[in-house]
Amino acid sequence: MAFLEAHILALILFTPAVGALLLFLLPRERVTAIRRAAFGVSLIPLALSLWMWFAYQPDVPGYQFVERAIWYEAIGSSFHLGVDGISVPMVLLTTLLTPLAVLISFSIQENVRSYMMLFLLLETGMLGVFLALDLLLFFVFWEVGLVPMYFLINQWGSANREYASFKFLIYTMAGSLGLLLAIQLIGVASGTFDLLTITERWASLSGPLTLLGLPITLSIGAVKRIAFWAFVIAFAIKVPIWPFHTWLPDAHTEAPTAGSMILAGVLLKLGAYGFLRLVLPLYPVEAKTYAGALALLATLAIVLGAFASWGQDDFKRLVAYSSVNHMGFVVLGIAAAAMAQGTPLAGDGVIAVNGAVLQMFNHGLSAAGMFLLVGVIYERAHTRDLNEFGGLFPLAPVYGGILIFTAMASLGLPGLNGFISEFLVVRGAWPILTAYTAISMLGLLITGAYILKGIKKVLHGPLNEKWLGHKMEINRREVVAIAPLMVLMLTIGVWPSWILDVINRTVLRLFG
Amino acid sequence: MAFPILSIIVFTPIVFGLALLLFPAHRHREIRIAALVGASITTVLSIWAYFTYDQALGGYQFVEKIPWIPALGISYHVGVDGMNLPLVLLTGVVIFTGVLISWGIDDRPREFFAFLFILATGVFGVFVSLDLFQLLFFYEIAVFPMYLLIAIWGWKVTREYAAMKLTLYLFVGSVIALVGALAMYFASGLGTFDLLALEGAGFSTGFQRFWFPFVFFGFAVLGGIFPVHNWSPDGHVAAPTAVSMFHAGVLMKLGAFASLRVGIMLMPEGAKFWAPLILVLATVNVVYGAFIASVQTDFKYVIGFSSVSHMGLVLLGFASLNLDGLTGAGIQMFSHGVMTALFFAVVGVVYDRAHTREIPKLGGFIRPLPLAAVAFIIGGLVSMGMPGFSGFIAEFPIFMGLWQRAPIVAIVAAISIVITASYIMRVVGNVFFGEMPKEFEGHISPIKVQDKVALVMLAVILVIVGVYPRIMAPLVQSGAQAILALVGGA
Repeated sequence: MAFLEAHILALILFTPAVGALLLFLLPRERVTAIRRAAFGVSLIPLALSLWMWFAYQPDVPGYQFVERAIWYEAIGSSFHLGVDGISVPMVLLTTLLTPLAVLISFSIQENVRSYMMLFLLLETGMLGVFLALDLLLFFVFWEVGLVPMYFLINQWGSANREYASFKFLIYTMAGSLGLLLAIQLIGVASGTFDLLTITERWASLSGPLTLLGLPITLSIGAVKRIAFWAFVIAFAIKVPIWPFHTWLPDAHTEAPTAGSMILAGVLLKLGAYGFLRLVLPLYPVEAKTYAGALALLATLAIVLGAFASWGQDDFKRLVAYSSVNHMGFVVLGIAAAAMAQGTPLAGDGVIAVNGAVLQMFNHGLSAAGMFLLVGVIYERAHTRDLNEFGGLFPLAPVYGGILIFTAMASLGLPGLNGFISEFLVVRGAWPILTAYTAISMLGLLITGAYILKGIKKVLHGPLNEKWLGHKMEINRREVVAIAPLMVLMLTIGVWPSWILDVINRTVLRLFG
Repeated sequence: MAFPILSIIVFTPIVFGLALLLFPAHRHREIRIAALVGASITTVLSIWAYFTYDQALGGYQFVEKIPWIPALGISYHVGVDGMNLPLVLLTGVVIFTGVLISWGIDDRPREFFAFLFILATGVFGVFVSLDLFQLLFFYEIAVFPMYLLIAIWGWKVTREYAAMKLTLYLFVGSVIALVGALAMYFASGLGTFDLLALEGAGFSTGFQRFWFPFVFFGFAVLGGIFPVHNWSPDGHVAAPTAVSMFHAGVLMKLGAFASLRVGIMLMPEGAKFWAPLILVLATVNVVYGAFIASVQTDFKYVIGFSSVSHMGLVLLGFASLNLDGLTGAGIQMFSHGVMTALFFAVVGVVYDRAHTREIPKLGGFIRPLPLAAVAFIIGGLVSMGMPGFSGFIAEFPIFMGLWQRAPIVAIVAAISIVITASYIMRVVGNVFFGEMPKEFEGHISPIKVQDKVALVMLAVILVIVGVYPRIMAPLVQSGAQAILALVGGA
């Protein structure tokens, strides 16, 4: 038990990767065994992170379950893990969505072993970002997640997968380049990559960087500024913040169902997490200066994302753009907090960030759910064209009910999770960024429009004759996959404090 | 005297090589086995030396010194430290995997392995040399078999041209370096070629600034520095697979290492003076090399130019003249060496079956050759500097060193990372994924066990260094620190 406590994070982090390697021992034809093994392996991190959730103490300040080991000492980087109230929900989200996504992937027929191995490696990559307390380690895991996703889209995706995967990879790598350079700069300036040490020393760093008389030197102020913008761009691409979002519709649409679930459910949160963990704490002044611009972009994401969603005929693309729309609220909350730091409105900023972090969790649930449901209909109809559907409710009543439920969570219906987080963001941002918040709320109207459009075109109206006689209903495995998400959507909607409390304690300490 | 492990490592290949010439020419099987035994001995010893080096003690270890031509102050002096020990290990790995990859050579394997082993001795000799004359001596031993190996066993279309071009470039480079070396010998007034003695010779700043380019750029030709890099892509492509593995994997490191050992360490003031120019040229290597690699249609030329690009990173690390840059350069020499050996091995596997290297004509090779494809992807990820692999462990400190020296260079060079990612992914997609052209259907024989062993060995090394940098970084850093002490700290 003591070992478990002392190394819980490392266990959560590496179990998927070890599992992936063990999968390699199974012969590639034993598809059923591979699927079950992969599912079983993915349940282990979930069990561990549930244990961690209950063992986590929200009142204790600082990071918990901290582990540190020597890694790349030569340049000042160590293997340093830890969680706080912002990262614990993210870890839970990741370890929850992965088994569900694996369950959904049971319908993959080709190269199942490679698929499952890549999926598990991807999980390790994502978890590593949330757990890392060392900048270099953060970057390592950030990049590690890219390659499995590239192959998942490229090999198991739909018609336009080559273009979408290539765009995804190159676009995000270009962003990561900035991240790489910024981290190098910070490492050189601080003499270490350890986040805790850097945070301590950051404000008092001084002195130019270069020696030995080459004409180009950098002052510490310049270092900080370059690093700030490099971070912002890298994270802006990942979230994605308008106008850096253009990789997302293609990647989400062309990815296999489970890939989209994870992309929207977790990968986008890495960018927002980067803002909360690195940008705001290290750069309060710069963040405050540019918070207005960030809020503008967030509002554009909300409004334009919603309009774009409304205009789609491809069901999956509609849901993809909805991610842009929902993540806009996350960024709005972050921008509000950045702007309010150190002012009397800081308390509202705290509310806004609470909303943002909860929105990250909630959107993870609802986006994963929506992509799951899109995948269900796609596998039966072999089309995602909304105009091809129509009146399917009688043919698939259970599916219809689940779709409406999940869509309502996405829309922000009071009583379901989306409402809580969006309300908190709006409540927190209103005193700080009134105009932007007001426009975003108008954007919410359009959100309603596209969600209802989706539901209407698929379920209601005259039945499209060609689906008669087809088996359109959702099957048990898929229901089992989405059930936990639905339970959480309802629970958080009516009783959010079990998660909000955890988030709030940390946010108060960081941004209050 | 203690067990002369370094001499055994250096001379075993040539002893085996000459012994091979005594075998009857037709006994291919015996020849191959003997070659493998010879290579294995070297490999095992180099691994042993690597892990028994005392890191706490540091400095040169396993030192041997025997007077050779005392009248001229030439001795046989060898030793390993943090910078050259990984390179010795690298050579051991590449000679072993190279022999495995060359198992299928049917045209005079006896002579082939003999020349390959003479080459190996030359390479080992340069890396461990602590006497300047000896270093140049082994350098020439390494260059001359390249000509024969490429001209006789190479790709028929360009082998004579490529062999001639390579040899002329490298000889001219070494002559220029020799002139510089002789200048140092005479100016030192010490009457010795011993590198350690020359390190303390106290050459005047003016002397150093004048003679440094001779030595540095003379050797850096073999390192592939722009604009004298163009022997390299043609040489890579024309050479038979194992020779390409050696060429890119080890030989280019020879040039870079010699420019470090003889140029930077003996004339540090000259190095500081010329560092800006080296930074500029190496940046061109890195970025231009990546762009050129992107537009190649011959699979092997892509890798050849990618080598030019990655060697640029080594030279950038050198030119930053600080601890991070030198450490990164040292690791990069090892990492790139293994990675490029892996690349060429896979290219060889594909070419032997498809008989073409034109990327548009290939496709879908992951199905008959899954291991080769995964190995190539791993190599590709290393090449991109993807974390989790050795390339990242090497490139990261190089960039840190550049930030401390010349931030603009860091930014420009970093662009190459994205270019590399794009051409690697494109090549992987076009060669291994997609539709296999009809003419190959059913004609692609599966990979042989000896190729499998070689590919797995190379790939595993790249991953191990990537996830456990402790296995190499502290060692290289200790070597870099010693160099920094000569340079005067940075």
